[in-house]
Amino acid sequence: MESLESIKERIEAAVPGAVLEIIENPGPAAEHSLAVGHEHAVRVAEFLRDDKDLKLDHCSNVTGVDWLDSVEKLREKVKKVVNGEEKEVVEVKEIRTPGYLESVYHLFSMRLGHGPVVLRLRTGNRTDDVSMPSLTPVWRGAELQEREIFDLYGVTFEGHPDLRRILMWDEFEDHPMRKDYVEPDDYEYEPTPHDEVLKKAQARYGEGGAQ
Amino acid sequence: MDEGLRSELSKQGVFTTTIEDIYNWGRRNSVWPLQFGLACCAIEMIATTMARYDLARFGAEVFRPSPRQADLMIVAGTVTKKMAPQVVRLYNQMPEPKYVIAMGACAISGGPFKQGYNVLKGIDRFMPVDVHIPGCPPRPEALIHAFMTLQKKIDAQKLTGPDRARHLNADEPSEFPVPSFGAKDLDPPQNNAIWQPPKMERAE
Repeated sequence: MESLESIKERIEAAVPGAVLEIIENPGPAAEHSLAVGHEHAVRVAEFLRDDKDLKLDHCSNVTGVDWLDSVEKLREKVKKVVNGEEKEVVEVKEIRTPGYLESVYHLFSMRLGHGPVVLRLRTGNRTDDVSMPSLTPVWRGAELQEREIFDLYGVTFEGHPDLRRILMWDEFEDHPMRKDYVEPDDYEYEPTPHDEVLKKAQARYGEGGAQ
Repeated sequence: MDEGLRSELSKQGVFTTTIEDIYNWGRRNSVWPLQFGLACCAIEMIATTMARYDLARFGAEVFRPSPRQADLMIVAGTVTKKMAPQVVRLYNQMPEPKYVIAMGACAISGGPFKQGYNVLKGIDRFMPVDVHIPGCPPRPEALIHAFMTLQKKIDAQKLTGPDRARHLNADEPSEFPVPSFGAKDLDPPQNNAIWQPPKMERAE
């Protein structure tokens, strides 16, 4: 199959104005992915499905990712004048990246037997701007998986034919797969608590946990 | 009736019994389970009914697809919070006398999913359970053992007196409240009338 860079170039030629970015995967698999802007996402998806050299007709997997707000600290040596002397001072710069929700589409071609091409769609933030275009009109197989992302991550898919909760009940108000989800406080005795469960045991039964 | 006299009479070809004995004998040999499975334990339950393990030897081969015709509910598998109200409703729809076997780690305690947000930590929070089977999943022999334990329990039930069987006591409830879906959890998360959270006892 052709490289992601050439796919990107061909999409940009076919869908003018499409916002595309290649996200590098530093791992040994080097499975790089393509972040797509919302506005042209459906047209990009249709291009990938219908192009005669790609024919990505099978959307095998759609999954959600929750990225929390992150702070990256960079240490830099800066020359400063302190008390009339020039000194090297280490300054800490903080780079704040606001969190967002993401859905990842893995595309294969049944017709030509190649793949995957990985698409990513990202929301503006994690609180109020959580919508993105649905790709169900392009790949019907994404319907239930987009509903699952809606249920567990709280992403609303514009243009989805039937956006309802799928795993949790309709009255449920949270999104359990989000990293800041607080589950109901119903810890019960566990003979060998460890990690997160040990914290719950200590919160319920004091320092000694369940022992 | 005196055991010695009964034994003596049977040697002479006279069979004596009591209403209680013959009633319980009939009941314990025709326990019809509800055809109902929730997860992988149900596969073991199906294996138990087939020729190799042959639950029919115990009079329980007729799995009923309707709760109205069933005597026994085998809760075979993980009870998620979304499924729990339906399980309790099925139990409520079964006619008395009715019994419950909680089969496998999930049905008795939540099992490997106990610390999750979506799994009920044991079906005994919402309905009375007669026999618990541990195991993940329990082998068919374990289910047969549980079934024989249940048969012994039925055999020992009294028809009259203050310690008579539950279904003959009008004061004992035969239906239990069905929990509703709340914003965070089931509402109520457990039926405190039949289940209390375990208390921690520390060795001094």
